[in-house]
Amino acid sequence: MDEIKLKELEDFALRVRQHIIPMATQGGCFLGASLSAVDLLTYLYVNHMHIDLPTLQDPNRDYLFLSKGHDVPALYGIFVELGWIQKERLSNHLSTRDHVYWHPNRHIPGVEFHSGSLGQLPSVSIGVAMDIKLRGGGNRVYCVMGDGELNEGSCWEAFLVAQAYKLDNLTFVIDRNQFQANMATEDLIPLESLVDKFEAFGLHTQRIDGHDFRQLNIAFSQVDSERPQVVICDTVRGKGLPSIEARADRWFCNFSEKEIQELMEELVSGLQANLTAEKLVVR
Amino acid sequence: MMTYEKLLEQTALADDRFVVMTAENRALVRNLPQSLGARFIDTGITEQTMIGAAAGLALRGRKPVVHALSAFLTMRAFEFTRTSVGIAHLPVKYSSFIPGVLSDGNGPTHQALEDVSIMRGIPGMEVFAPADEQDLVEMLPYIWATENPSYVRINTKPSIVTHKPYEFGKAELIFEGVDFTILTYGFMLENCIKAHQLLSDMGYKVGLVNLRNLKPFDGDLIQSILPKTGRFITVEDHFMTGGLFSILAEFLVKNNLHIPVSAIAFEEKWFSPGTLQDVIENEGLSPEKLVERIEKFIHNA
Repeated sequence: MDEIKLKELEDFALRVRQHIIPMATQGGCFLGASLSAVDLLTYLYVNHMHIDLPTLQDPNRDYLFLSKGHDVPALYGIFVELGWIQKERLSNHLSTRDHVYWHPNRHIPGVEFHSGSLGQLPSVSIGVAMDIKLRGGGNRVYCVMGDGELNEGSCWEAFLVAQAYKLDNLTFVIDRNQFQANMATEDLIPLESLVDKFEAFGLHTQRIDGHDFRQLNIAFSQVDSERPQVVICDTVRGKGLPSIEARADRWFCNFSEKEIQELMEELVSGLQANLTAEKLVVR
Repeated sequence: MMTYEKLLEQTALADDRFVVMTAENRALVRNLPQSLGARFIDTGITEQTMIGAAAGLALRGRKPVVHALSAFLTMRAFEFTRTSVGIAHLPVKYSSFIPGVLSDGNGPTHQALEDVSIMRGIPGMEVFAPADEQDLVEMLPYIWATENPSYVRINTKPSIVTHKPYEFGKAELIFEGVDFTILTYGFMLENCIKAHQLLSDMGYKVGLVNLRNLKPFDGDLIQSILPKTGRFITVEDHFMTGGLFSILAEFLVKNNLHIPVSAIAFEEKWFSPGTLQDVIENEGLSPEKLVERIEKFIHNA
């Protein structure tokens, strides 16, 4: 990956974060989880997957299923930057007159399937990957999952079936930001060693820094002709905002307008905002 | 004689939208791997993954016909059904094996006595209960033709009557009757026909309806026979809550219709497992026991 492409991706991801942060007010959103997934989603949509505005419904497109649906602000920020939805639409967040709410749905162009209930989309992704194989298609399926989501048994059931059917056109992408809703994963239901677990399930497994576009580029360029793949992306919850990074209490955030302004500045300057509006939200 | 398996094979061979899926419950589809090849998908003992994958296949334009034991198809996979199939309103066709008393000796873990209740609670989900294999193969082409998700209580026992042709959403009026009318569905039809004979021999003028569909519910037929009959008696191998008795009650209340209704169903209990014949006897669902119970309703009225 050359410097120009790298800069392009970094700038794109910065603009996506600038779309996300203003959604964390007047009702709020799952800000921390959204920010951890921005870079990996940016990489996939901008530099990897075969999909663009004219091919949103094309059966030969690549599919991305956002199984950890609560980070949908990241998805919508990307869709705005790609020109799939109007930026103004984000200001309809939590209005019943539109469909921009805390979880994705197919009223928004680019969303492949609704989600929000964790552990649902690995199996839906399997069905799509199976059908692509049945029809001899060359397109790929990506299922983006949270690390906390891996608590759900249905994920592991799906991994078993994916490897049984040798779905080499399917990649599970894990946003390994170390936190589930209110706790560090390792303090509640420890997941490590995650690489060993996936390898034991027969998946082609890689683990990378999920904020490093060069590593993302290398990992997603690898294909396996027999096995489904998993790319564990080590990420930081709240990435880009030092004041909320890696904090258990900044998963769901609902800040004042003033704090949003400070956070927008923090995103560029790195100087921490003074956050007082909300101590802890448990959802 | 057309069978479930032959009909499914013909349907799938004629239309490649159909894929046949099972969560390792192959009793009804044993011969289909050979004829359907890769369009036969067995996901192993994974009802949740099967239903999720069925949703994914349907998203790509397929019509998956999914098979599993009723209790697990409905309950283990329920959220996948409600959330992935239901919200997206995808044409996944459920073939539910051993519903109601058909789980005979398995015990309460396998007793699907709430399947009608929970499946009909999903917006847009259709629910059907053929009385026997003839009824089943009459109904399935219509059920599989729609773009709606649907749930079928599979019942492959031999027929003891020749059924009228199926019309989508319509119940089958087998007998008209003045004194009272028995409303039933699925496996219980046969014993209701036999009970009808006994009751007729005793001098009662008894009506009998094979519902065929539980959702959509044939309210037109209920409205048309209501003025001509003295009472409805619902008979079902399902919990009292949420099944035909509830559906009828909802319909009557909603339309401000007044008629006495009595119910034969499982009330706040699972049944004692045993051979099917033993279960039928023990639970008071044999023709003779049905007659006794129905006479009690009438005499206590």
